[in-house]
Amino acid sequence: MLRDITLGQYYPGDTLIHRLDPRTKLVLTMVYIVALFTAIVYAGYALVFLFLAVSILISRIRLKSILSGLKPLIVIVLITGILNLFYTKGEHLLVHFWRISIYWEGVETAVFMALRIMLLIAGTLLLTYTTSPLQLTDGLESLLNPLKKIHVPVHELAMMMSIALRFIPTLIEETDKIMSAQRARGADFETGGLIAKAKALLPLLIPLFVSAFRRADELATAMESRCYHGGEGRTRMKQLRMARRDWAALAVGVLLLALVILFRRLGI
Amino acid sequence: MTPVLQTVRLTHRYSEGTPFERVALDSVDFSAQRGEFIAVIGHTGSGKSTFIQHLNGLLKPSSGSVLFDGKDVHSSKEFARQVRFRVGLLFQYPEYQLFEETVYRDIAFGPRNMKLKDDEVDERVREAADFVGLEESMLEKSPFDLSGGQKRRVAIAGVIAMRPEVLILDEPTAGLDPGGREELMENIIRYHDGGKRTVIYITHSMEDAARTAQRIVVFNHGHIAMDGAPKAVFRRGFELIQMGIIVPQITRVMMRLRELGLDVDDSVYTVDQAIAALRAGKGGGGHA
Repeated sequence: MLRDITLGQYYPGDTLIHRLDPRTKLVLTMVYIVALFTAIVYAGYALVFLFLAVSILISRIRLKSILSGLKPLIVIVLITGILNLFYTKGEHLLVHFWRISIYWEGVETAVFMALRIMLLIAGTLLLTYTTSPLQLTDGLESLLNPLKKIHVPVHELAMMMSIALRFIPTLIEETDKIMSAQRARGADFETGGLIAKAKALLPLLIPLFVSAFRRADELATAMESRCYHGGEGRTRMKQLRMARRDWAALAVGVLLLALVILFRRLGI
Repeated sequence: MTPVLQTVRLTHRYSEGTPFERVALDSVDFSAQRGEFIAVIGHTGSGKSTFIQHLNGLLKPSSGSVLFDGKDVHSSKEFARQVRFRVGLLFQYPEYQLFEETVYRDIAFGPRNMKLKDDEVDERVREAADFVGLEESMLEKSPFDLSGGQKRRVAIAGVIAMRPEVLILDEPTAGLDPGGREELMENIIRYHDGGKRTVIYITHSMEDAARTAQRIVVFNHGHIAMDGAPKAVFRRGFELIQMGIIVPQITRVMMRLRELGLDVDDSVYTVDQAIAALRAGKGGGGHA
């Protein structure tokens, strides 16, 4: 059923990772990504992997959830791996038949590229699994604050993002309900060719759009009647504050990046 | 006599096999005879909405079965589709499912899906519109230009146009003003037609249930907690309150009187019944 979709869902918890300031987690994720792309071979990757593994352990997110988040990307990972395998030239020839030759360097690159994509997704999944959407947008808004100087509507963008996130489950539920209602009147969403299927979607999409617009209108009225007028002079009930653990976590991040750069220089 | 609808150990679990698994219905046995008028009550999350969505085959049971005229609804795809039309289901706030350009075409959606001939569709649409009190001139309007109450009528006409043998409604009067509620309930009673058709409806209002239904089914935590005539159900007023169901004010007054030691019948649910009960009680107490 539709409501079983769990893409990037937040898993509530009370671990060190959950308690970190969202800004810390955002910055750390960026540092992690930079480190991941700086690492070239074994030692660098091992370090980045260790960092992620320890973070996952601390967060108590089940490995199964991370793996199920990686599942949709299998095809991309495979294609990247295969392309690298065949197109990387090197010195140590492994296999050669017809016009295809596979080098040891190709195998290495293929494995590392596939690893890189998986580690990238796993790291960002950990961010969304341990940070509520509201915290995430709050953190983003705070981090992007300097851009206000050049008239980027940071608050408005963050607000739009949190409203959009907030309404995803609502719209999924609504879709479910309208589908059931039309099915009860004999609508058939499954059978028929492409055109028949597209046509069958109209009884679903039209009420869905109408209700989305109605909801938007009602929300706007509700916000206005509570005197919402954008970010100017707006204060928060939950202030973001950097604690000692945040600075410690950032220090670990800087250390990670420094080591990975060192390893890159050394070529290990 | 074979019941028109029957469930046998009907169980439904949401999000089966995930950490969010939840049992909504737990081994529910239920049967409805042709011509019955049944009210289903229960607080939010008691499983009543999930239950009725099984009755026309929209939801598939996790285990157990649903029988229509003694035959398993999911025995074949063909039969399941037939049951959709023979058991009409009207959802909560049905006005949000309207989508066509005109009221006429929206009401015709069901009958068209039944693959009826054009003149048959036309006849049914006009009859259903007339039944819920929509004027001819409305039929060519856009459903989005109507008022809330009128939209609801269009949605109900859309189900009635399929001429279902069993009509199931999920809180049909929610969000209507008292006049609208009254009219809608009258329409439903008229559709029941003195027992020619079967009606099952979910309501939050015990008053409505008591006034119109011949039988009340109470859901609690995915089980049927009570099932019987209104009088028998109201006799267990205290249990109802414990299940989070609001009993009529007059029933609560009588329950309190009984608590205070007055020997009166507290299974009443209308003021007239209460007066009669009090008179009877007074007569009995006159000797003391």
